[in-house]
Amino acid sequence: MSKDNQILEDLNSKEYEHGWSVNFETDEAPIGLNEDIIRWISTKKEEPSWLLDWRLKAFKIWQGMTEPTWANVNYLKMDLQALRYYSAPKQSKKAKNINEVDPELIAIYERLGISLNEQKRLQGIAIDVVLDSVSVATTFKETLGKLGIVFCSFSEAVKEHPELIQKYLGSVVPMTDNYYAALNAAVFSDGSFCYIPKGVRCPMELSTYFRINAANTGQFERTLIVADDSSYVSYLEGCTAPQRDENQLHAAVVEIYAGAHAEVKYSTVQNWFPGDKDGKGGIYNFVTKRGICAGDHSKISWTQVETGSAVTWKYPSCILKGDYSIGEFYSVAVTNNYQQADTGTKMIHIGKNTKSRIVSKGISAGKSQNSYRGQVQVMKRAHNARNFSQCDSLLMGNQCGAHTFPYIDIANPSAKVEHEATTSKIGEDQIFYCNQRGIATEDAVALIVNGYAKEVLNQLPMEFAVEAQKLLALTLEGSVG
Amino acid sequence: MLSIKNLHASIEGTPILRGINLEVKAGEVHAIMGPNGSGKSTLASVLAGREEYEVTEGEVLFQGKELLALSPEDRAREGVFLAFQYPIEIPGVSTTNFLRTALNQVREYRGQEPLDAVKFLSLMKEKMALVEIDQKLLSRSLNEGFSGGEKKRNEIFQMAMLNPVLSILDETDSGLDIDALRIVSNGVNKLKSDTTATIVVTHYQRLLDYIVPDFVHVLYKGRIVKSGTKELALELEEKGYDWIKEEVDSTATV
Repeated sequence: MSKDNQILEDLNSKEYEHGWSVNFETDEAPIGLNEDIIRWISTKKEEPSWLLDWRLKAFKIWQGMTEPTWANVNYLKMDLQALRYYSAPKQSKKAKNINEVDPELIAIYERLGISLNEQKRLQGIAIDVVLDSVSVATTFKETLGKLGIVFCSFSEAVKEHPELIQKYLGSVVPMTDNYYAALNAAVFSDGSFCYIPKGVRCPMELSTYFRINAANTGQFERTLIVADDSSYVSYLEGCTAPQRDENQLHAAVVEIYAGAHAEVKYSTVQNWFPGDKDGKGGIYNFVTKRGICAGDHSKISWTQVETGSAVTWKYPSCILKGDYSIGEFYSVAVTNNYQQADTGTKMIHIGKNTKSRIVSKGISAGKSQNSYRGQVQVMKRAHNARNFSQCDSLLMGNQCGAHTFPYIDIANPSAKVEHEATTSKIGEDQIFYCNQRGIATEDAVALIVNGYAKEVLNQLPMEFAVEAQKLLALTLEGSVG
Repeated sequence: MLSIKNLHASIEGTPILRGINLEVKAGEVHAIMGPNGSGKSTLASVLAGREEYEVTEGEVLFQGKELLALSPEDRAREGVFLAFQYPIEIPGVSTTNFLRTALNQVREYRGQEPLDAVKFLSLMKEKMALVEIDQKLLSRSLNEGFSGGEKKRNEIFQMAMLNPVLSILDETDSGLDIDALRIVSNGVNKLKSDTTATIVVTHYQRLLDYIVPDFVHVLYKGRIVKSGTKELALELEEKGYDWIKEEVDSTATV
């Protein structure tokens, strides 16, 4: 039997490592979605009235919208009235610092390999952890505070920095943007907020770790990153969810604002539960991520390693408004079994001499479908805009699909846009060559896949890159004979 | 060391090897020659464990072990090395990274500790000199954009790093200019020892000026039809393969 056939034969899925859940007392909203639920969430979070009004406005807009169907994915529509929109672990009071956090919650994160103990962390990474609907802890707040950096949960930011939230909330992803963004605006529960003041280079990586624990609960977090002029921050996002038979919805919004000469690096390792090997269960990951290079010479760089979720619908984008601003998108998306991913980016060139770079590496195995969808738009006054796009697809076996949907829209004749695309298969030849040098097949696949994705993995911060490499290997484990 | 008995192999139902018998002892160099399509490369591939080939009959003992029962990676770990006729490209994986993975898996199989970065690099330095290979080449993606000569030199470098018991060189001379041929052959000669053996598969005698064989075998229609010493190679160079073909084909009709 040839190796290719074995790839298909042995397509068992590796057990999802983070599939467990924990029972603890929770504070939950009633099931369903209506104005009362939104008021309930807002009251629960002791929000000011402007925010409630903002939510209700978003809800009205959302009610007039329909779920988009243009993505190259097929799934059973979710009954949004059967979901719970708020679930939070019961804590006697909001923890002021990490020492006050319920040890049971800390244990959850320890089990995920995330230490919340500041002393124990080897590398300088400050972390905000979000469990279901709320942020449970943020580390290194004081250290960062000395530099004027604000890094806290979204709820806390609403209370302590309302002027910043009012100024930037919805400024990059308006509530009218799309169906899921509107839904998120109406029901979002928590998330992370970060503000880097003028001229400050954030000395450590900032990180948010999302975990869905409760059943039948949607997770709608909102992240807002504001990098004032000449500042720099590198931001990491990780996520997991328990293994459940039903599909769960994750509809997040991430907004990034970069002032003049500011740089934001945003890295994601997405490992939501992908469903089992027969395609049962898994997270619907319908996410809107967008950054605006508002000032001249600003730069936003998205790096994503997408290994999880049953269905992914996600296009981290850059609006290049400032002259000489730069947008980058580096992506590795792996799909196995019945996973479906429709992911890519939008680069919208508005300012002069703006540059964008897109490197997308898709890896499809099993019966999965993997699509790259990208748009490069050059507006009328964007003189000398440059774009380079590279979209590669790697196929394993012959039952999966790889698709590329590039859209190029140029309104300025001075634009230079390049697009390169390749499709390849992991060859029996490559695997045999590795075998002949003593490398076992599983390790050969990991080696080949990591080599293929190297350009993207190199963009990740060191600690994350190692994790991402392991995750790629794990996701594809068992997909070859 | 290696004992091949009545080996038959076919690809997609077509028989290629039809009863190969060959004994290779430690310290020996054997050359396998023959016209195109005689089964030379198939023999090399079958010994290394390529899956497209189906062994239909016969057995192969390697250091007392049933070689054909082992997976390709275990054969490599036992000390069988194949220098590929067409080395494979692996984008994004440097030769260094590739070899470190390989060497440590081989070591693990043999119950040895993995080599740390420092020891690995010093081993690399030592072996690089042997095949006159540039370190820059080793940090590039494996075989990607390498010239023909660089690819072959890289194969011999890998061989030096993995220190095999039995090396099979599959048409290593093809695509080499005279200088590269000399460098590659020097490397192979320096790696020879009393405890290792080499099988050189080649179409031309040229390589055998540099890597001098103890025995020369002529493969034709899937069988070894003539064996001799290095003089046989010279005779083939002079007279071509036709006289052997005729000899074999006429005996077959009788």
